Amino acid sequence: MSGNDRLGRRAAPYLLTMPGMLWLVAFFLAPLVLMVTLSTQTGNLLDGFRQTWHFGIYPQVIWQYQHQFLRSFEYGGAATIIALVVSYPLAYWIAFHGGRRKTTLLFLLILPFFVSFVIRTLAWQFILADDGIVLGALKRWHLLPSGYHALATSTAVISGLAYNFLPFMALPLYVSLERIDRSVVEAAGDLYASGRDVFLRVILPLSLPGVFAGGLLTFVPATGDYVNADVLGGTRNNMVGNAIQREYLEFFHYPAGAAMSTILMVLLLVGIFAYARALGTRSIQEYV
Amino acid sequence: MKDPEPLDVSKLDSIRIDPALWRGLTQRRFSRRDLLKYTGYGAGSAGLAAFLAACGVSGTATKHTTPPVSAVEAFWKKQHKTGTLNFANWPDYIDKDDNGNSPTLLKFTQQTGIKVSYHEVIADNEVFLPKVLPALQAGQDTGYDLMVITNGDPLDELLKPGYLIPLDHSYLKTFEQYANPKIKNPPYDPGNQYTVAWQSGLTGIGWNSKKIKRPITTFFDLFDPAFKGKVGFFENLQDYPNAILVAMGLNPQTSTQDEWKKAADMVLEQFNKGQFRHFYNNNYIDALENGDIWITQAWSGDIQIAQLSVADGGDGYPEMRFVIPKEGGLIWTDNMCIPQHAQHPVDAIMMMDFVYQPQVAAEMTDYIQYISPVPAAQQILQGSDPAVANNHEVFPTTDDLAHWFPYKVFKDNAETEAWKTIFGAVTNQ
Amino acid sequence: MSIVATRDASLVEGWGGPKQTRKQRRLRRFVLPIYSALVILYLLTPIFIIVLYGFNQTSPKKVAFRWGGFTLRWYRKAFVLSGLTAAFKNSLMIAAISTIIATILGTLVALALFRYRYRGKGATEGILFANIAAPEIVLGASLLSLFVLFGVPRGIRTIIIAHVMFNIAYVAVTVRARMAGFDRAIEEAAQDLGANPLQTFIRVTLPLIFPGILAGALLAFALSIDDFIITNFVSGAVETFPIWVYGAV
Repeated sequence: MSGNDRLGRRAAPYLLTMPGMLWLVAFFLAPLVLMVTLSTQTGNLLDGFRQTWHFGIYPQVIWQYQHQFLRSFEYGGAATIIALVVSYPLAYWIAFHGGRRKTTLLFLLILPFFVSFVIRTLAWQFILADDGIVLGALKRWHLLPSGYHALATSTAVISGLAYNFLPFMALPLYVSLERIDRSVVEAAGDLYASGRDVFLRVILPLSLPGVFAGGLLTFVPATGDYVNADVLGGTRNNMVGNAIQREYLEFFHYPAGAAMSTILMVLLLVGIFAYARALGTRSIQEYV
Repeated sequence: MKDPEPLDVSKLDSIRIDPALWRGLTQRRFSRRDLLKYTGYGAGSAGLAAFLAACGVSGTATKHTTPPVSAVEAFWKKQHKTGTLNFANWPDYIDKDDNGNSPTLLKFTQQTGIKVSYHEVIADNEVFLPKVLPALQAGQDTGYDLMVITNGDPLDELLKPGYLIPLDHSYLKTFEQYANPKIKNPPYDPGNQYTVAWQSGLTGIGWNSKKIKRPITTFFDLFDPAFKGKVGFFENLQDYPNAILVAMGLNPQTSTQDEWKKAADMVLEQFNKGQFRHFYNNNYIDALENGDIWITQAWSGDIQIAQLSVADGGDGYPEMRFVIPKEGGLIWTDNMCIPQHAQHPVDAIMMMDFVYQPQVAAEMTDYIQYISPVPAAQQILQGSDPAVANNHEVFPTTDDLAHWFPYKVFKDNAETEAWKTIFGAVTNQ
Repeated sequence: MSIVATRDASLVEGWGGPKQTRKQRRLRRFVLPIYSALVILYLLTPIFIIVLYGFNQTSPKKVAFRWGGFTLRWYRKAFVLSGLTAAFKNSLMIAAISTIIATILGTLVALALFRYRYRGKGATEGILFANIAAPEIVLGASLLSLFVLFGVPRGIRTIIIAHVMFNIAYVAVTVRARMAGFDRAIEEAAQDLGANPLQTFIRVTLPLIFPGILAGALLAFALSIDDFIITNFVSGAVETFPIWVYGAV
């Protein structure tokens, strides 16, 4: 009985994780490998694709879509920095001075999630329309030239990304700030540190795990996004996501689409794992 | 019209308009006859049928093998009316009442007992087809029994691999009786083996007369630096490439790859200058109404709906204008077709036939204002809504049809790929 | 001022104690709250827009954000639009099914991670982490690659597969986080009192971790309803609510 029990104990974690892990291996890990395989095939939808190990597709798509790749990282990076700068004081205030309203404030922070991501972005398109509720009024009062537009610019896309992923930045920041032991902060004060020093030498360093987790959770989806570029951008704001989406779903150039998303995945995953190695996955996972 | 009249290619070469003519054209109001005279194209071959015949140049559209009649009969014999129909169509492409219900569909249900599940899922051929092609290729049901697809490359993508169910014309008695002879038996589907027309329409230029205080006449008004950043262009690889070729004075059917490159470069140059706001699909009309763009490539019916007051079922923007550029417009036909493995083919073919009832066609045309395939609808509308009945962009005359060009039809896959690569490079920046 | 470590914000109000300058007080009392209110207002702007302007039916045929008077008309008529109704039903059904599957699978993973130390635990954690960290477009594109290579028809089933795939990790992480304060001694007590492992789990463990499971399930449901990018890759001709909205406006 006891031997059986021990065996059961040893098998238990595997039995428990098996269904979930099988699902993830089949529909998350295996597809990543298969996508690399697909990227080296040649052919078309009608005649089918054949494996030819055509690695030439990689330099081809990099050359063809270099602007979109660069733009993605540029926009994703800018949106992450904006989200950090905008949400840090907010997270700080909720964590340190939120008092009883903390729960309500946090709820308000995640409330936008209850309205679909697509609809939120379309709402911004409506708000910022050339003759819309904001610009239209300013134009009528001659505060803006009639040809001015906010949409169809890189600023619009970056703002949209920063807006959409702001809560992903604010929440981990909040968690990390909330965890800071208040006695440490007070000790610094007692040791005659100025307010600025308390912030820069105590609070900020202790909140860095939150900054890193938030940065990751904002940068990755922002870089891979294409909805903001499509809805808020113009003809020259397409990101790599737009190109991947078109290659896959409109042109059926599966190998090209697969090659591009493989490149994006490798760039991001290498970055993420380097980042996680340096900081320990644990610390990031805790904030996810 | 079993064999579309072969087109005299030597005549088409003369279609290029020389610069002197451009100048001449901009100085006075251009009459449609001028174009005919100068191009030498219209002579003896005017009319929609001739233009559609131009599609026959390639012959690819007819490459699909005709299934033996017995097999078609055998297939249809096994099918029965089910009382359900899944209909995929474009937005704003059927009449609707204040509650968002379509009187045409209600009437269909009343007459036949078939309940229609109507899906406005086709924002653009190039957005919709990718959603159904993989299923068809895998030999599976797409979920739709009836789809409305534009002639040219999109329809070819369904016809060539044999993804459509051949029609049993014993179900299409109304169609046979009332369809416009010019739209029947089109070169891209001889004998209406697989498709019947839903509506035809024109691609021209739509503009906002509140924002633009001068008349718009030529395609190249889209490139006016005064409208920088306020110009809409179609993203799909039929409307924008064909329109620019026509604007250059070329016939898309006979244009060469070098000319395509020239055309694409011309657009790319404007693109790099920031001339275009966005490459649109059917959402261009909202952008035009919102004031995001002032001038854009446009489909005729959309602008007419935009102009109408809300009370009349329009969008309430009387300042909107539609013009066929003097260089020529594009004419296209959207076709109803039944995809392979459709679950309710009999219900679908009954719908195909139903919309050819003149009364039904008239009501629908009165609302959506595209070119109806049912000439009898014009007489009905003369009584109820003469403005629509006498609108040339709804019921065009032979003269009108003479300077409207159909989309380029490709000879083979290589040509299709070359076209897509050349023109796709611009919109895919 | 108390020097006892505490999380009660009211007691740490005055960190920095007597050395706090007037400038800092002003920052704390006025600037930060006003700033925070503005940011929250900014976050909620689209919601106000949707409520005020209606996600309006401008004419019988069209849905758009547009000024049509202060109106709730859309909310009444929305369900007349057949495409919207069908898309909404699809979304709800997909969310319900994928949430149930993902919650069960994710909770089991969380239980294993919380209770046991075993070989491969690091790998399990790594996979969950990678799954959450991977960009949506890569998840969608790779899953579509799989379906393309094996000729799997795209539709409701493939959407559900995808939604379960991206939800398992979220559920596992959420449930595990909520287990942190769970006292194993209670389980042991139940077993000492003669309950078998299954009884212990159903009668003791499950009720205790249920709030965590519920939180995970809610998150999964919300993520499923909201998802556009991955769904768009694997949906074939099926429309979910976000896809319908994206195409219709």
